[in-house]
Amino acid sequence: MYKAVIGLEVHCELDTKSKNFSSSPNKFTETPNIHVSTVDLGLPGILPYPNKEAVRKALKTAMALHCENPDEVIFDRKNYFYPDLPKGYQITQVTKPMGKNGYLDILVNGKKKRVLIHQLHLEEDTASLDHFSNYSLIDYNRSGIPLIEIVTEPCLESADEAVTFLEDLRDVFLFLGVSEARSNYGQMRCDVNISVMKDTDKEFGTKVEMKNINAFTNVRAAIEYEIKRQTELLEKGGQVVQETRRIAEDGKTYSMREKVDAIDYKYFVEPNIPPVKLTKEFYDELRKEIPELKLERYEKYIDKYHLSEYDAGVLSAKKDISDYFEEVLSYGSDIELTVNFVTSAILSTIKKLDIELKELFITPKMLSGIVDKVKNKEISLDHGKKILYQAIDKKIDPNEIIKKQNLHQINDKEELLKIIGEVMDENVSQVRQYIDEGNTYVYNFFIGKVMAKTNRQANPNMSLEIIKEELERRKQDEGK
Amino acid sequence: MITELRKELDEAKVSSEELFEEAVKKAKQEQDKYNSFVTIIDKYKIKRRADSILKGIPYALKDNISTSNILTTASSNILKDYVPVYDATVYRKLKNAGAVLVGKTTLDELAMGGTGTTAATGVVRNPWDSNRLIGGSSAGSAAAVALGIVPFAIGSDTGDSIRKPASFGGVVGFKPTYGRISRYGLFAFASSLDHVGVFTRSVEDAAIVTDVIKGPDGYDMTALKDDGKSYKNELNKPLTHKKLCYIKEICDVNEYKDSEVIKTLTEFHKLIDECKSKGFEVDGVSIDKKLLEAIYPTYMIISCAEATSNNANLTGIQFGPRGEGNSIDEIMFSARTKGFSELIKRRFVLGSYILQKENQEKLFLNACRVRRLIVDRVNEIFKDYDGIILPASGKGAPSFDKSSEQVSDQQVILENHMAIGNFGGFPSITIPFTFVNEMPVGVNITGRVMEDDIVLHIAKEIEDITGLKGMKAGDRHV
Repeated sequence: MYKAVIGLEVHCELDTKSKNFSSSPNKFTETPNIHVSTVDLGLPGILPYPNKEAVRKALKTAMALHCENPDEVIFDRKNYFYPDLPKGYQITQVTKPMGKNGYLDILVNGKKKRVLIHQLHLEEDTASLDHFSNYSLIDYNRSGIPLIEIVTEPCLESADEAVTFLEDLRDVFLFLGVSEARSNYGQMRCDVNISVMKDTDKEFGTKVEMKNINAFTNVRAAIEYEIKRQTELLEKGGQVVQETRRIAEDGKTYSMREKVDAIDYKYFVEPNIPPVKLTKEFYDELRKEIPELKLERYEKYIDKYHLSEYDAGVLSAKKDISDYFEEVLSYGSDIELTVNFVTSAILSTIKKLDIELKELFITPKMLSGIVDKVKNKEISLDHGKKILYQAIDKKIDPNEIIKKQNLHQINDKEELLKIIGEVMDENVSQVRQYIDEGNTYVYNFFIGKVMAKTNRQANPNMSLEIIKEELERRKQDEGK
Repeated sequence: MITELRKELDEAKVSSEELFEEAVKKAKQEQDKYNSFVTIIDKYKIKRRADSILKGIPYALKDNISTSNILTTASSNILKDYVPVYDATVYRKLKNAGAVLVGKTTLDELAMGGTGTTAATGVVRNPWDSNRLIGGSSAGSAAAVALGIVPFAIGSDTGDSIRKPASFGGVVGFKPTYGRISRYGLFAFASSLDHVGVFTRSVEDAAIVTDVIKGPDGYDMTALKDDGKSYKNELNKPLTHKKLCYIKEICDVNEYKDSEVIKTLTEFHKLIDECKSKGFEVDGVSIDKKLLEAIYPTYMIISCAEATSNNANLTGIQFGPRGEGNSIDEIMFSARTKGFSELIKRRFVLGSYILQKENQEKLFLNACRVRRLIVDRVNEIFKDYDGIILPASGKGAPSFDKSSEQVSDQQVILENHMAIGNFGGFPSITIPFTFVNEMPVGVNITGRVMEDDIVLHIAKEIEDITGLKGMKAGDRHV
């Protein structure tokens, strides 16, 4: 039996106002060469000025991935010639990366797997090239955009594991708010290193590298294809060649170039960026900005809140939903009812309206008000949801609606008695049926009348009791 | 000198436009003979709303400082048509101060060299004797000031590229503490050693110009915070830091055979005696000869390594003459092959070799360690002394035919010690102090990091002793 050994190198553009070492905007645009400064063009005399926000976000990501962090920020130069690299070197990190030796726990088909992170570092993106038949065009918009590179240990064994890791890693970025990680914009892309080996082998097989895969579906296809290709090759007694391959649209991989001697990037410490010490206080402050991540929340929902795996999955999948859910709970609202409201009413509404949760009119505080009223039996669950939809529709605070439409359930005995008395006075013949014939079917008649008179706000159970008592009282009064 | 021109301008004896025209005229007159300029500006331009001591004063900029809409070549063919789109911080500050740019001065190609003979536009000649070189790399800036074309010029200094030509040209050359003047817009040679600095004809003028161009910069992370001082005003206060030393291993006359060097050192020791009589305390201190011998190779290793990387943007892709070829590698290869002189290629090959994985530890990282050792030793000395005083060169400028002559190891030390100022980022100034064989020779004072004002102040007092202030080429020492 053969098994696969997979390592990933994931690049993700950070979401910052400006680029990593210049003040040009870090924004996606279709118009080439508009987010460009002298620094991004590598003009003679320019100097890099690091973006604090990028440094913080890279460190935060490294911390969330349980990495060891450096005592100071320094950058290194990676020297090579290529037209997408205007300075002739890339500013990156080798000496002291933002993170080392971390991990991310993922759930693969219900089983927990720890994916080891070798290193996380901050660097700058290159320009992008468009090749045509006999010329190429350079777009410097991407040049200098802050990029984190995350390198895993070769510890993944299947396409499922690799893709789950990528999805969960993207969720880490989203939960941290460091990147939107949209692979269709090339904001998140990945290199796959893959080899196969016999179960009994002690050493890894020869690895093949596949560079710059954007879509996760392509990562899956590439891995599955390569496992099959390499396994078949070895089974036939062939040998895997160390090379770079690319995934084509047909889902197959094709050789791009055989690995020649590794390029010597002649790394050395970037002299224009003096080292900046990072104190324990700085890290303590930064740690406060790291929220609970998806898996932690999922486990909390199951272990602490006793949610079903399904509900826990739904409520922890996205940070905004999870935050919303937790905020409602933070006001002391009932867990079960809150789950019910969020997973059904709230999620179906944002889906129906095709909006983000943050655009929804109903705040967690408002929802908490409704949940509490249902819990206290002031309104029924059905009513609660109706009020919610109305509030969303009309953009009115649901508590206002309850007040305005007087939709409170009438639980006050005196008030109910007054109403029931009126109803009975208006329907003397039905009262007589009870007094004279002992007809208990009139109970339902009176309930119906009371509900109609109160817009269905009367507490039906209480009303029934009072109707029974009142009819009996009137019977007694006649002395019968 | 700036101070004199300021007075004449203020008294309306001359207009800044007249000063400019006069400077341009002189620049053009002397251009054929001395080749100080790559570009001479033909249009008078001044920021009229400026209000500074430099308003209306003409000056020159080394041609490796970015000036938008003005050709900036770094005296290299690879940039022969390069017109920048942005202003270096130093240029922006001078523009805002109302100083009037007269021209861009010739340098050793890409500032790599100490002779002033390697510019793509030809050699720069010494105004005191046109058969001699002026030294480099800020050759044109030194010559323009020595010729009296401009009262001040901006240069850059990576090993001694301001302070050596200042010595050969009989003018003042000052490079302040690393970071005191922003490097933004200075074409990088070796970033950890590069400094922007000034040429003037008096120490006071050097202080005046530095006051205008120093300060923090949002484009240069290595730029220092504002020290809040006016160096010019500091010169008028009493000098309390008067403890100097010289390095015995460099200044021992008995170690040299060259008669001109012996003359220089004899004059140097006379100067020391005069300093002592004027209240300076001057001692000889020792530095391990091995460390001194290591200065030059250490400088070459670090500067070549950084230079290969810093100049990797010169591929003819973004700017500069496009190379020819069928692949992108061929195109870049051809641009660089044609664009650089052999000397530059040699430095790049060296730098690349030095940074290679298998050599980096032995060459580059060891050089960085030696640099640290040298700086540590010098800082040790600065615990006891306010400044180190040494001859800026062993003798006057060499003549062209002798410039490639082999010199003794001892002379290598004597001619290259000023790189210490770059290793540690120390403020360092050269002022003229004597004439040897009718050529000016400078003395160098290097002080503690951040104490630019003190270094200037010490230099000012020594200038008072030598009396060699405001010299132009041709003025003879009496």
